[in-house]
Order: sequence, then C-alpha cells, then structure tokens
Amino acid sequence: MSEQLLAQYHILSVITWLPLAGALILILFFRSEQKSAIRAFANFWIVLGFLPSLLLLGYDRTRGGIQFIEDVDWIPQIGARYQLGVDGITVILTLLTTLIGILAVQCSWSAIQERVKEYYAVILLLQTGIIGVFVSMDMFLFYVFWEVMLVPMYFLIGVWGSDNRLYAAIKFFLYTLLGSVVMLLAILKLYFIFPEYLYGSPNSAQVLESVTRAAHLISGGNEKTLEMIQQAIALGASGQPTFNIMAMQALGTARLGLEPVIPLNLQIWLFAGFFLSFAIKVPMFPFHTWLPDAHTEAPTAGSVILAGVLLKLGTYGFVRFNLPIFPDASSDTRVVQVMVGLSIIGIIYGALVAMAQKDWKRLVAYSSVSHMGMIMLGIFVLNPNGLNGAILQMVNHGISTGALFLIVGVVYERRHTRLISDYGGLSHVMPGFAAVFLIMTMSSIGLPMLNGFIGEFLILRGVFEANRIWAALSATGIVLGAAYMLWLYQRTMFGSVTHEKNQSLRDLSAREWLYFVPLLVLAFWIGIYPKPFLSYFDKPVATIVQQVRPGYGQGRRAEQHAGVESAPRVVEAASLPADPKEME
Amino acid sequence: MSASLFIASGLDWRLLLQQGVALLMPEVLLTAFACFVLVLESTVKAEQRRWSAYASLGGIAASAVSLVQMYVQFKDTRVTGFYEMYVIDPFALAFKGIFLLTAGMAVVLSIQFLDVEHEQRGEYYALILFATTGMMFMASGADLLSIFISFELSAVAVYVLVAYFKADRKSNEASMKYFLLGVFASGLFLYGISLIYGLTGETNLSRIAAALATTQDIQSFGFLAFFGMALIACGLFFKVAAAPFHMWCPDAYEGAPSAVTAFMSVGAKAAAFAIFVRIFAAGLGALRGAPTEGGMGWAVLVAVVAALTMTWGNLAALTQSNAKRLMAYSSISHAGFLLLGLVAGNATGYQGMIVYLLVYVFMNLGAWGVLIALRRGKIAGDQVDSFNGLMRTHPVMAVMMTVFMLSLAGIPPTAGFIGKYLLFAGLIETGERWWTILAVVAVLNTVISLYYYARFIKAMFTAEATEREPLAASRGMRAALIVATIMVGIIGIYPAPFLKYARVAASGLSSAVSSPLVTIK
Repeated sequence: MSEQLLAQYHILSVITWLPLAGALILILFFRSEQKSAIRAFANFWIVLGFLPSLLLLGYDRTRGGIQFIEDVDWIPQIGARYQLGVDGITVILTLLTTLIGILAVQCSWSAIQERVKEYYAVILLLQTGIIGVFVSMDMFLFYVFWEVMLVPMYFLIGVWGSDNRLYAAIKFFLYTLLGSVVMLLAILKLYFIFPEYLYGSPNSAQVLESVTRAAHLISGGNEKTLEMIQQAIALGASGQPTFNIMAMQALGTARLGLEPVIPLNLQIWLFAGFFLSFAIKVPMFPFHTWLPDAHTEAPTAGSVILAGVLLKLGTYGFVRFNLPIFPDASSDTRVVQVMVGLSIIGIIYGALVAMAQKDWKRLVAYSSVSHMGMIMLGIFVLNPNGLNGAILQMVNHGISTGALFLIVGVVYERRHTRLISDYGGLSHVMPGFAAVFLIMTMSSIGLPMLNGFIGEFLILRGVFEANRIWAALSATGIVLGAAYMLWLYQRTMFGSVTHEKNQSLRDLSAREWLYFVPLLVLAFWIGIYPKPFLSYFDKPVATIVQQVRPGYGQGRRAEQHAGVESAPRVVEAASLPADPKEME
Repeated sequence: MSASLFIASGLDWRLLLQQGVALLMPEVLLTAFACFVLVLESTVKAEQRRWSAYASLGGIAASAVSLVQMYVQFKDTRVTGFYEMYVIDPFALAFKGIFLLTAGMAVVLSIQFLDVEHEQRGEYYALILFATTGMMFMASGADLLSIFISFELSAVAVYVLVAYFKADRKSNEASMKYFLLGVFASGLFLYGISLIYGLTGETNLSRIAAALATTQDIQSFGFLAFFGMALIACGLFFKVAAAPFHMWCPDAYEGAPSAVTAFMSVGAKAAAFAIFVRIFAAGLGALRGAPTEGGMGWAVLVAVVAALTMTWGNLAALTQSNAKRLMAYSSISHAGFLLLGLVAGNATGYQGMIVYLLVYVFMNLGAWGVLIALRRGKIAGDQVDSFNGLMRTHPVMAVMMTVFMLSLAGIPPTAGFIGKYLLFAGLIETGERWWTILAVVAVLNTVISLYYYARFIKAMFTAEATEREPLAASRGMRAALIVATIMVGIIGIYPAPFLKYARVAASGLSSAVSSPLVTIK
C-alpha cells in the first residue's frame, strides 16, 4: 500500500492507540480471576498491535522527510495540534517498540501471578505512551506522551517489582519528571519566540525568508513535509503560535547572514533545558543513578522495555530536538566537549562499575550506562557515520540488552535470585539457554557478524574522524565491555554446577524460545546485512548533519584541498548529499 | 411622599430594583433557598433532615440556571450596576460558575458524611449557601467596599461552618484560630483600603486605576500607595493561605469537618483569588512594577510570596502523616502556583488562574471526597495509611483517587497539567529573566509535590488493606466523584472550550479599565 493511502487510514493513530484500546478492553470486559484469558488476550493484542507497525516499512526511502502525516486541530487556543508523522529513524524505532512490546508481554506469562489484569493493562498503556513520543510532530503532544509514559512505568516497577521496588519506582518517577518539567519551560520559550521572530521583530521579513529556506532543507524534498512545515511557518508569520517540531527545526537552522536567528546564548540555555530531560532519560553520567535501581527492581518485562525502548527516547530526543533545533549550540566547542566528556566518562565508568557488580541484573543495567554513552558519543561527533552508527546502535542495544534482561528473567523465574555467585555451570544443565546467552553476550560486546559490531564500528569510525583521542578512550570501553560480559558468562555458565538447586533447572521452554528467536534473527541480520536498516536512516541523518554543520561534505573537501577549516555556515536551499554511503 | 424621600437621599430605588432583577438573580435565588432551608429545618422530623440537603441542591441548581440565563443575555459584554459597585463580566460569570459547582459538590459530599457523624442539620446547608452567596458577590465586586462586605459575608459563614462540630474540641480550636487570624487579615485589608482611599479619594476600582495612573500627586505619595497595596495584599495572602501567612491553614483544615474543609479549600480560596485578581489587575495595575526596570511593586511582592508559598507548602507536606494536614499543605502550595498567574500579569496568566481554579474544584474536591468516604463507622480514616490497600477493597475509588493525585501533581493528560501549563506559559511569555527563574522554581516544586501525592498512590496500590469495612460513599457521592474524574479527564484531553471561555474572561479583565462601560438603564 502506498504511503498516502496508509496515511489516509490513519495508520500512525492506529499503531499508537491500539494498545490503549486493548488496555481498556482488558479493564472493562475481563474479570480479575480469568487469568489465562487475560494472558491470552494480552498476547494476542500486542501481536495485533505489532502488525500495523510493519506497514510503516512502506516508508518511501527515496523521498525521505516526514511521512504518514496526520494533522487535526486539537487545542486551537494554544496552537497545539494532533500532528503525527514519522521519518526513517522513527519508523525503525517504532517497530522496535512494538516488537519489544511483544517480548515483554510474552515473557510475563508465568512470571506475573499477581494482579494480572492490571499488569497487562499497564504494559499496553506504556506502549501507547512510548509510540506516541516517537510519532508526535507537535511538541505539546510530544510532551504529553513523554510524561504519560512515566505513570505506567511507575506502576510497573512499584507494584510488580522486587524487594526494593517502591524506592526504585519513586526515584525513577521523580528523576525523569525533574528533567521533563525543565524541558517544558524550554518548549514554552521556543513556542513564544517562534511568532516573535517571524512576526514581531523588525527584521521578520528576512527571518521568514531564511526560515522558509531552512524548511526546504529539512523537508529533504518531500512536498508533504514541506507543506506541513510551511503551514506552521505561515501561522508564525501571522503572529500565531505553533508547536510544530519541524518548524522549530527550521527556525533553529535559519540564519541571517552568518548569525543564527536564535542567538547562540539563548540556544545554549534552551539546549540545556532539553538536555536535562534527555540526559536523565538516556541516562548520561552523572544523571544515571536512577537506572540501576529501576532496572534491577523492575519485573523482567519492565527492564526489557526500559532498556529496550525507554532509554532510546533520550537519544531520540537529542537527535530530534537538540541537534536540529539548536545547531549552533550543538556544534559549539564547549558544548561538544561537555557532551563528549560526559559520554566517555559514562562509557568507562559504566563498564568499570558493571565489572564490580555481584547482581546479574545490576551488571546488565550498568552495561547499559556504558552502551548508551557510546550512542551519545556517536551523536555528538556530529558526522554521518557517528549518527548512523548511533541510531543503529539504539536498535542494537534494544535487541541485545533487551535479550540480556530476558535471559536474567529466565533464570530468575527458576531460581528467584539474581546473585551471580548463586549460579555457575549452567551450560551443563541448560545448553540451549547457554547458547542464546553466548550469542547475546557476543552481540553486546560487538563481535563481527553480530549487530553490535556494525553499530560500534560506525560510531568509532565517526569518532575517529572527529578526534583520535576520543576514539582511543571510547575503544577502551569496548575492551572493558568484553571483560565484564565474558567474566559474567564464565562465572554463570562455565565450571561445575556448585549449587544443588541448579542441578535440576529446566532448559528454555518453547514459549521462551519463541521470544528469543526473533532477537537472534535480528542480531544476525543486522550483523551480516545492515543495509536495509541503514537505508532508513541515511536521508534523515544527512539532513540533520546539514542542519548542524552546513556544508559538511564540502567543508571536508575544502579542508583537504585548501586547508580551510570549514566552509562558511550558510544554509543552501538544495540539500547536499553527504557521504554516509561510504559504509555500504 | 416616599418617592421624594428616596430622591432626596440620592437613590433611585426603581433603578436599583431593576438592576437587582437583572444582575442579582443567582444570588437572590441562593439566599432565598438558604432562608427556606432554615425554615424547613425547624419543620421536618429528625429523620427527614436530608431534605435540607436536597432543598439546597435545588437552590444551587436554580441559581445555576439563572446564571446560565445571565450568560446567554450578556455574553461577553461587561455590565455594571448599583452605582458601579457591582459588575457582571465573563470573569465574574466564570467564577460564579466555579462557586456554584463547588457548593453543589460540597453538599453532595456532605450528606452521608453528616449522617456518619450524626450531625445532619439544616443550618449546615444554609451556611454553605450563604457562604456561596458571599463568594458570588465577591466575584462581581467592582468597588473596594462591596468587595469587603461580600468578603465578610462569606467569611463569617465559613467561620461558623468550621466550628460546626460543636462537641469536637479540634473543630472549635480550628474555628477560633481561623476566626482570629481571619479578622486580623480583614483589619489589614481594611487598613489598606483606607490608605488607598485617602490617596485617591475613590473606592471604585476603575476610578482608582484612573487616579493612580494620572494623578501627579500620587507620585510623591508613592510610599503610601505602596504601603496600602501591601496591606491589601497581606490581607489577601492570609485568605489564600500564602506563606508566611499560612499558619492557620493546616490547623483549620485538619480540625474542621472534612466536608467543610473540602468546601473552603476550594470555594473560599477561589473567591479570594477572584478579588485578588480583580483588585490588583483592574484597580492597582499602576502599582505593578517590573523587576528589570528596578521598579518595586506588587509583581515582585507576589512573586516572592509565590515562590515561598510553593516551596514551604511542598516541603512541609513531605513529612505529614495525617492526610488532612497533608492536603492542607498541598493546598498552600497550590495557592503559590495560582499566584504565578498574577505575577505574569498577562491574559495567559489570568486565563491560567481561571482554568486552574476550575480544575482545582474537580481534583481537590474529588480527593477530599475520597477522604470523606474513608470516614466510616468508628474509623477516623484521616491518615495517609488509611488509604492502604484501597486498590484491593475499592478499586474504582482507588483509580479515581489516583487520577486526582496525578492531576494535583500536574501530570498530563490530566486537567491539572493544563492549568500548570498555562501558568508557566504566562510567566515565560513575559520574557522577563526573573519570571523565568520563578518558573524554574515552580517546575521544581511540581517535582517535589509528586513525591507526596505518590504516597497516596503507593498506599493504595502496594500496601495491604488494614480495614475491611466498606467506604461511606452514597450513590450521589459516587456519582459526584465519577463526574469529577471525568471532568479531570475531559479538561485534560480536550481543554479547548474551557480555555476559550477563560481567555475571554481573562482578556476582559486586563482591558477592563479601558473598555467602555455599559450601564443598565
């Protein structure tokens, strides 16, 4: 089916609201005692929710831009609209969300015995919140989804978590809320300066012209996208406010002569507002302290969704908001140094702390801090390789860390302990399980032929291009990653079975295989032939690089030929093809 | 003979009567029903006393109908009467609607509560109606004197309501504290009025505004004007329980019968905010000042008090174990949030205050409603622990309480978020650096507040139930709570119509001075 036709059928709304509909059906039509019926329904419904998201793969990669656009008036008094749309990046991230959702629901079949109805309703609600964040094209709508998501996650950890769940749940809630409310103020500031610059300022005519040119660049030549942005710009030009994300990007990218329309100083403040929210979500060092608690205390499904999808919302935020809306702040040397510095600290610190963990789940949690640092590094080297790698690595991290949490869940369900010292020699009793764990360990540490390698390779290539010292430092993270993962594997899987209880553990059941197989397939697929995935990112990434570093491709060529540091920062109407194709 | 007497005294009684019919119908109906309830009380048997409640609900409904009629008649225009002491504009109508809503909810929440306490009597409902009448007059006050008198009318009724449990020492103590400090606040307020009157020679708000804006002499008496304004502000800070004038609030809220607390924490507070905005935006606009220009004025004063109130209320709420006290501190911090609209001083800010107060009716009365239902049989049900295990015993109640709590904390898509959003937006819209910092303080406070609201959620969902006795929630009360929940959802998800009307009300307010006055002839 063509993209227009699907947009006509409100495909994005369907994908977003289906899980919520399922939650309502569960609450209204099922009694709490019908546990198996509830489980069956939830499993059925989450798969049902996955199917329409597959249609998003029909995203037209040659046209690029925002597609499947839906646009309805919502709160005209404040200019908030119900605008949905996806680009190549969010197509893949939405698919990841719906897929991880299936796994999360599947893995709860026997693990959750208490308040089953509420449990599945909460997970479905969470799905709606996460998908909504990815597909929102309106900042107000984005913000609503962004916060809505916190509530089900709070319940998921607080009600179905392990011993210290209440502490972890409220810590998660407060931490992430802290970030998002500050972001709200930054959003509001953007919201008010938009019509101010386009309508109220003395040189608004030039600003309008420049913003329109930037809109052409951002749309990547897609008329529908351009139309959407220009509608929002027209509102701003008549003094009315808008929350359109893409129009904000146009404002951020636009410049008058050599000066950005939004002054650098203001850009840095606003950048900081968004940064706090996203950095907490990612989480970047030093905002990561909620993560080990939340991951460890959450039920398996909660950890899988947290690691698999929720953390990506932070990195997605940087790619969608910070970079394109505040390009000058993002490429400001001081900012880049801080971002890269925090990322590298995160990589190394996360890995070192992971190595010292006695708790299996906590180890995986800290490995996330390290891996997410790598993704952040890839984003802030601000070149196509780094960004492509970072976005691919978001997917990879979802797959491998999601799988690692599922793996912990499998043994936890059998033994009810997460201490590494309680295991050992499991490969003798659970060979199938050991094989899956091995593959996922390798995927996590970036072994060639598996997904992690491609992502980390691209990121490191980008980092190397930017700064060799950064590359050297971040590579140590990979070495440390191999160390803690392999040591974990050795301590749990190899040797002789030391604990009596471990002698009689069942190997993976058919149901468990069912949720590991798709992850294994994806891990190999991305590892061997990543092109289909990368092809979705190419155009959006090229556009983002154009926004942040105008004339990036030329600049390098000029650098090679004449030794000039970079080309003048002028936005051209035509988007220049950058060089991300080199990888393929 | 009589006609000449009236003319001699300078009053046109026929005109006043006409205006009374045209402008006062909702208040007149409410007063009439209140008197009727008092008479009814003395004629019915003890077991029929619920009839008083039904009669007062009828009065509220009649008043609401007449209010709607008035809205249809006047739409978005501004009408004054009674020698410009009384005004009907969208702002007044919006607040009158909020008061009637509050009174209606409060009566519904009270019926079974009073049965449980064996205190079902008609004067309770009559007092609620009288208090509501006073509030409705407050919303329409266009003159400092009419505002003061209506202010006292509602305050006296509420003092009595707080002491309604005659045999309960706490109730008496609460009323005494509330009364003494309230009277003190009224004194401050009146002193401020006298200073402003002495300076401008006017008590009418729009004429005060005109005098302050034009008279050169006032510049030389700047200090006195500021002092008078500050006294009026202090009186109002007492009434809305803003720090550091909030000390009475936790004691009064804890000691008063829960249903009365529910009523006064929403109604009395909204009324005080209505006159706060009216006096400061329409009357004392010239004394506003702006921090960046180095001008001291009420904007800075209110900003400091707002920041202090939010933070103090929130920090004090963190450690409470008594749910009523916790909610009292929560309401203090909400007063701080509401003051932000005044600090912003633009249409968005005032719009935010109106929307927030409307939302506050539903979320706060809803929360108090659940709290009231916990009071059953011999169970006091006023601790945070009283909510333990509510999800298992009363899932619908628990879910509704969760919605109210999330809304109070301002989590979307609940209505509380829309209110907070508008208040923050008003501050950011000014573009002033100091107001942006204030907005940062405010958002950090929402994070703190989530912690104690989440304590209720935690108790309901994760703790084991300690009491098995069913809640004292009549069918009417359940219906009221469900309506409140649905409204919290509707305003949160589709706020457009509410924002639209609030915008009209707010913009009428800031341009009230300049807009042509229509006087009924």
